[in-house]
Amino acid sequence: MMQGKMAIVGNAETITVFKAAGVDAFPVSDEKSARETLRKVARDYSVIFLTEDYALMLKEFLKRFDEEAYPVVLPVPSGKDTGYGESFLKSAMERALGVDILFND
Amino acid sequence: MARLNVNPTRMELKKLKARLSTATRGHKLLKDKSDEMVRRFTVLLKEDKRLRGEVEEGLSSALRQFAVAGALTPSYVQETAFSMPTVALGTECETESIMGVDVPKIRLSMQQAQSRLPYAYSEITSEADGSVEMVSALLPKLIRLAEVEKAVRLLADEIERNKRRVNALEYVMIPQLEETIKYIRDKLDENERAAIVRLMKVKSVKM
Repeated sequence: MMQGKMAIVGNAETITVFKAAGVDAFPVSDEKSARETLRKVARDYSVIFLTEDYALMLKEFLKRFDEEAYPVVLPVPSGKDTGYGESFLKSAMERALGVDILFND
Repeated sequence: MARLNVNPTRMELKKLKARLSTATRGHKLLKDKSDEMVRRFTVLLKEDKRLRGEVEEGLSSALRQFAVAGALTPSYVQETAFSMPTVALGTECETESIMGVDVPKIRLSMQQAQSRLPYAYSEITSEADGSVEMVSALLPKLIRLAEVEKAVRLLADEIERNKRRVNALEYVMIPQLEETIKYIRDKLDENERAAIVRLMKVKSVKM
């Protein structure tokens, strides 16, 4: 068993409240700094929350975290509805099953 | 379908037959694996959708409240108040295997100091208290969602890979082997017939 830490990366307004709840917060301001921060954070933290607005920007970059079980990068809603969750589920479903089983009703 | 480039001998035939039986068995096993992975995947997918809905709802209301709180307190006060959390959060990370795919299994371990909130009540409005509480309460769900979503990603990749393997066996390997086996058989039969004819000829010449 491994001890891990949790971090949140994202825009300052969203992540402050996580900080108060005990999650280490790393504010970022643009795509480039988000990328840099993630790269650094991924080394020490096992669970990383990333606000959805940045998750959308870094879609390609985030693919590298899908090879191994850790670190886990989870896009979390950042207040604004970006539709990230739905599009993620859809693409995973299409790749693996080829049919839509969730949204067709 | 192209046949393999081999000599039509009995040895090769025997070898190819062994390969064909291995390929067929492998194909069956992989197909079963694929079916089971798809079943697990659908379960996870549904859970992911449900959790995501809940988390989105909870988090957006927490953030809304926090925004209200932010409007009522100067930002520097808020920053100092929130930068020293009393809760030390840690996670215990393990992996679990779903059909040979390692997926994360995370448990939240929380060490808490006396008070839940890292600041004096006089500094910050109650809206902020509420939103911090809400986020704290959401954390177990967020962790579970992280687990599930990662598993969905990993499984989707693995299912795709596995599908490719199954197809390669079904549409390339097996037909190729079957065709080559048939070719060798035909060739060997042909040789045998030629030998018989030759013998008959020799015999008729002698008499």
